Amino acid sequence: MELKKRKKDFTGAISLGIVRIMFFFLVFVLILLLGKIFIEGIGVISLEFLIDSPKDNMTGGGIGPAIFGTIAVTLLMVLFTVPLGVFSAIYLNEYATDTFFTRIIRTSINNLAGVPSIVFGLFGLGFFILFIGKNLDEVLQTGLLFGQPALLWASATLAVLVLPIVIVSTLEALNSVPKSHRDASYGLGATKWQTIKNIVLPQARPGILTGTILAISRGAGETAPILFLGAAFFLPNLPIADICISGYCIPMINPTEQFMYLAYHIFIMATQSSNPTKTLPLQYGSTLVLIVLTFLLNITAIIFRYRFRKILGRL
Amino acid sequence: MKEIKIVVKNLNLFYGEKQALKNITLDISAKRVTAFIGPSGCGKSTFLRVLNRMNDLIDNVKTEGEVYIDGVNIYDRSLDIVNLRKNVGMVFQKSNLFPKSIYENIVYGPKINGIRDKKLLDEIVERTLNQAAIWGEVKDRLNENALSLSGGQQQRLCIARALAVEPEIILMDEPASALDPISTAKIEELIHDLKKEYTIVIVTHNMQQAARVSDQTAFFYLGELIEFDRTTTIFTKPSIKQTEDYITGRFG
Repeated sequence: MELKKRKKDFTGAISLGIVRIMFFFLVFVLILLLGKIFIEGIGVISLEFLIDSPKDNMTGGGIGPAIFGTIAVTLLMVLFTVPLGVFSAIYLNEYATDTFFTRIIRTSINNLAGVPSIVFGLFGLGFFILFIGKNLDEVLQTGLLFGQPALLWASATLAVLVLPIVIVSTLEALNSVPKSHRDASYGLGATKWQTIKNIVLPQARPGILTGTILAISRGAGETAPILFLGAAFFLPNLPIADICISGYCIPMINPTEQFMYLAYHIFIMATQSSNPTKTLPLQYGSTLVLIVLTFLLNITAIIFRYRFRKILGRL
Repeated sequence: MKEIKIVVKNLNLFYGEKQALKNITLDISAKRVTAFIGPSGCGKSTFLRVLNRMNDLIDNVKTEGEVYIDGVNIYDRSLDIVNLRKNVGMVFQKSNLFPKSIYENIVYGPKINGIRDKKLLDEIVERTLNQAAIWGEVKDRLNENALSLSGGQQQRLCIARALAVEPEIILMDEPASALDPISTAKIEELIHDLKKEYTIVIVTHNMQQAARVSDQTAFFYLGELIEFDRTTTIFTKPSIKQTEDYITGRFG
């Protein structure tokens, strides 16, 4: 037997080199970006900054109302999008047969995820505010209450925007439940709904949660769609109204009010302020808060997914 | 003469255009073990799933013919399939326990049938685990995850779970094919005990197993029932050449 010496693999070495350079470039850019925001923003952040309203024409004060608005809008968004998305996914995965109609639905969901977010904003304005809102006002005789930009419609629009994320991740979660578990359940005389409720959904729950959290972090970071849907430049009051039942009053989110929004607030400070240089530290601070917020949500999603995989790995 | 539990008449089954079962007619005796043997793809598992209508869960399956259990045609349109599956339990090839505790796995069936009484559920758990000869091994760890058990224990737990809904017939689809010889022996012993009370139909690849556990054996080939007789007859003097070729290992 004649053993040959190893040849030098030049193309292999070159491609490895290129891939490495690309990788480090990417990491470098990311670190630069996050590092800059962190260094410039961390000094601004204090408890007052997180709670207070903006002062002195946006050159001082805090971002409390914007944080509150972001949380309020995403909360309502979740209330709209999760039931709709989860039930749609259950229908598509468990009940719908493969027909031309359901194929159109599936394709539409995937295409929905690719629509530019500004288009959703225009859709929200046209459909929710001008169509549903105006007609609601007419039917309920409420004057101009629903037919104007408001928290409710911003949440509804964002709900439509993140719907594909919820549906797709729920579909994946439902799909990953082994067929053998369904068979076992049917074999014991369970009906379809009993099987879904007792066997499929509990196993799919972490996947559904992951999708929900990713949807929240996506929704919280959007600016374009809420431009004409009630995001305000500056509001002296929070969008809160007291709900009173027999003398006891609880402050609740008022969905017909306008609101401030973290991502929009940053945009405003950067472009619409009378003195952009003076708002610069506040911009860094706000951006850091927004990034940390979405980062925390993503981490939560990753932890859920990890736990989910661990459960599946044991099967 | 033994009582007949299941009567199958002229059964045909199609996956779309492809015919998987061809004109099958046979009777299955009550409180006996009936084995289905044959090479892979011969339709024996499909036929097993005819008996509790599990094939209904697959798209494009069309079944023709009649199947009577205790005189009732189970392919009658008015039949309650859920009720049928409670009476015809099934144990699958691979253990398919739910990722829940041992206790929760057993009571799943009774619970969906509306049994809520904790004492009654406890009784069911103890009785079925005893029947499946696994009570002694798991009685102190009923709240542990069922998936922490060994493969053989998991399969016996599957049998216990099937027994918990009090079926009269138990279908077993190669229940020991993924198990080691000791676990297999335990399952076979269990089958032997269970036939005192239950009608058992078992699909197996293992011909020694069919010879050991069954009273009657049906040989399937390419979707047809070639021969059906007492197990001793099938394995000692089969009347059809194809059967003889298969059991002596000349093909398949």
